[in-house]
Amino acid sequence: MSIPQDLKYTKSHEWVRLEEDGSATIGITQHAQELLGDMVFVETPGVGRTLKQGEECAVVESVKAASDVYAPIAGEVIAINPELESAPEKINQDAYAAWLFKLKPANVADLDNLLDYAAYRKMLESEET
Amino acid sequence: MVDFGGWDMPLHYGSQLDEHHHVRSDAGMFDVSHMLALDIKGETARDFLRQLVANNVDKLTQPGKALYSCMLNPEGGVIDDLIIYFLTESHFRAVVNAGTADKDLAWMLARRDELAPALEIIPRRDLAMIAVQGPNARAKVWQVIAGSQAETENLKLFQATFFDKYFIARTGYTGEDGFEIMLPAVDAVEFWNALHAAGVAPAGLGARDTLRLEAGMNLYGQDMDETTNPLESGLGWTVDLKSDREFIGKQALLEKPVKQQLIGLVLVDRGVLRSHQKVVTQSEAVEGEGEITSGGFSPTLNQSIALARLPLSVSAGDEVQVVVRDKRLKAKVVKYPFVRNGKILV
Repeated sequence: MSIPQDLKYTKSHEWVRLEEDGSATIGITQHAQELLGDMVFVETPGVGRTLKQGEECAVVESVKAASDVYAPIAGEVIAINPELESAPEKINQDAYAAWLFKLKPANVADLDNLLDYAAYRKMLESEET
Repeated sequence: MVDFGGWDMPLHYGSQLDEHHHVRSDAGMFDVSHMLALDIKGETARDFLRQLVANNVDKLTQPGKALYSCMLNPEGGVIDDLIIYFLTESHFRAVVNAGTADKDLAWMLARRDELAPALEIIPRRDLAMIAVQGPNARAKVWQVIAGSQAETENLKLFQATFFDKYFIARTGYTGEDGFEIMLPAVDAVEFWNALHAAGVAPAGLGARDTLRLEAGMNLYGQDMDETTNPLESGLGWTVDLKSDREFIGKQALLEKPVKQQLIGLVLVDRGVLRSHQKVVTQSEAVEGEGEITSGGFSPTLNQSIALARLPLSVSAGDEVQVVVRDKRLKAKVVKYPFVRNGKILV
């Protein structure tokens, strides 16, 4: 299973990348897209919305089911991925490239209470057994 | 893999969307061996079925002909929907859903004891069933079962015949042409592999559901069950109230006013319709006037569609609102089916 080593993860299968400009890019993991199957609809939070850590802020819907996406860290939404409106299948094609939204983190220290690569991998392995 | 009526079934083999499109454009196959065939044998078979099911088996005059029907309880609720094949006057074959198979068999045996004690009802767990569906499905089957073309190419829709070890029926649950084929379970893997080698794509329960939804075919447990009236479930065409035949549930149906209908929805806004979402038929009205019974994303229309149980006052062309999470989404009311034989109809 390919899990990028430079990202942070949540137990609910979001990934976060802290960018050089201080913003945070958020998506769902490869494991999450595998579970959900073919994506058909993505609802992203509005730009300017302020999110609390753990807040429900987006929905990804596959042919199978709708799944909530939770804000991995607190912050203000500064961008959404415009490609996903017409091509939600991009998440299936590459979950780590098809980001959902970007945040301006309220507190960068929020990232410290997320899972790192090793912890996320360990969690997935324990789910499989 | 998911549990489906006690069976471990694949939701998809790869991409559910690809499987769906493959059936619409070429040929796909479904292992539907979870469905149960029941042989009904004896001189009183036809008379028993006249009383047991809501459609009229007297429509079955030609051997091999099939009939879709509901089996009702005395209150007029739907115990199951099934297909009944007329083979000979002393041999009919019914195919029932997996999740209801035990309940159906118990019900049928109890009615048999009352109405036709000499009749045999034999579950055929020794049979497997593979549905091959799509515009090229029949040709692929002919390629795989040597000699079958001459025997089956003149089968009309809803007709079946025995050929060698196969029971081949021109039926399906996708809105495409094709066959549903029963064969000894011990031969099923070899047959499946031969179909696969001939270019028939395996398809899972997920594609089966989106195909049948586009085709406007009911799913038992979602679009109707023991508490719903078939006349409010889009199944009026299968209920014979005209003949003077008495069948179980008839009296209840005659006494019950029909207040709702099953009708189609096409989502206008972005999103996905799902079963149990509330449908609001007038902007000022309270929520809960109607409900989606089956909803999903239609790969052929590339938008979301649904079957919904709505008041009779709603008609095709109306606009309704569907409550999806915290939003109300606009949907257009349409007559279904949405798709048949690869063509969009709405």
